[in-house]
Amino acid sequence: MPTLAPLKKLDRTVQPKSSATKRLVPIKQSLSELAGPVFGLNAVKKIDADLTKNAAKKGKEAIGERMILTGSVTDEEDRPVPGALIEIWQTNAAGLYAHKGDQHDAPADPNFHGTGRCVTGADGQYRFTTIRPGAYPITRLGNRWRPAHIHYSITGGSFAQRLITQCYFPGDPLQDDDFVFQAVTNKAARERLIVKYAPEQSIMGYAAGYSFDIVLRGRDATPMEK
Amino acid sequence: MPKQTASNTIGPFFHHILTPEGHGKSGITDNKLAGKKTKGERIHVEGLILDADGKPLRAAMLEIWQANAAGRYNSPVDDRDEAQLDKKFSGFGRVSSGSKGKFEFETIKPGSVPSTGNAPQAPHINLTLFAAATDIHLFTRLYFSDEEEANEIDPVLSSVNAARRDTLIARRKKTKKGIVYRFDVQVGGDDETVFFAI
Repeated sequence: MPTLAPLKKLDRTVQPKSSATKRLVPIKQSLSELAGPVFGLNAVKKIDADLTKNAAKKGKEAIGERMILTGSVTDEEDRPVPGALIEIWQTNAAGLYAHKGDQHDAPADPNFHGTGRCVTGADGQYRFTTIRPGAYPITRLGNRWRPAHIHYSITGGSFAQRLITQCYFPGDPLQDDDFVFQAVTNKAARERLIVKYAPEQSIMGYAAGYSFDIVLRGRDATPMEK
Repeated sequence: MPKQTASNTIGPFFHHILTPEGHGKSGITDNKLAGKKTKGERIHVEGLILDADGKPLRAAMLEIWQANAAGRYNSPVDDRDEAQLDKKFSGFGRVSSGSKGKFEFETIKPGSVPSTGNAPQAPHINLTLFAAATDIHLFTRLYFSDEEEANEIDPVLSSVNAARRDTLIARRKKTKKGIVYRFDVQVGGDDETVFFAI
């Protein structure tokens, strides 16, 4: 068997509460938890990472404020996680998902599907071009609105490192009343879900740059006994 | 040292990217893990994803991760010589449940994978559950009803309270479409599925 360092536990000071009502049963990690699917750079096409164009008709593009959304996937020891699949989904600029389940009365954008994929490089970096999403109402909770956000799915490294989350935008007052954002009760952990303005990533005259760095569970120092 | 990124719910609108089959698009993977050339016994897994009241859990997705028929994971972490890689099998799939809570996937029955310390584990499929109403995913495992002896000595199953072990056992039956294992996943309620801290 290969030498495997066990993964650190989920950080319960950071993570939201589990929905399980009975106690989670602790198990010792084995290959089942430490192995994981790996994605080559061929798993995605370059256009998959450009949401302004990947669903647009020829010569068209999505409507909205363009942005470059980039960052790193690392672990708690600050080591890059290469070959991680990042999948994102979001509303259009008006706050509507291209999903038949979305009942919000907002204009559709025929040139925007709101989904993108990329795989992190050897340095753990990823990069998307997209448009800024809009806020939308959650009418089943009354007259309330979800702040603008982008959903992130990260599949990389070990099975146990799997993460799905959302990133948010600086200075959005809707975050204060948002049941999803506030489900993360640790204030510092919430703030880390907010993208940072990254002018060095901007493309002059085209799109402003923002960064969102993702940190997955790290590994304990000592490899486990085989 | 950097801190872990916090999880947030998958929400209800993930289908077009994570499980897009049936939406006219293809995804990274789907609920058909076994191709024509995959080695092993072909099986269907069917069940319901339920909430505490036994009603369908809204907007739920299961992720599937399993070894091949020889007990080897298709992952660089698993480089054992004694179990052979099947290049025709990634072992990674995804399926979302419909409005009635039903899910189904096609795969092959996995072989046994060693635990730490090299004791054998009973054949199992690793599952991750995501849903609109859960802020963080839940890990569980599916074991097979026809592996009684292996299940008896499996270190993970043995660590589970005997009264709750049944929630992890998929029931085998022969049907017209082949071998079907029945496995329900429930979040909350008296019969809640055992979920693991891994």
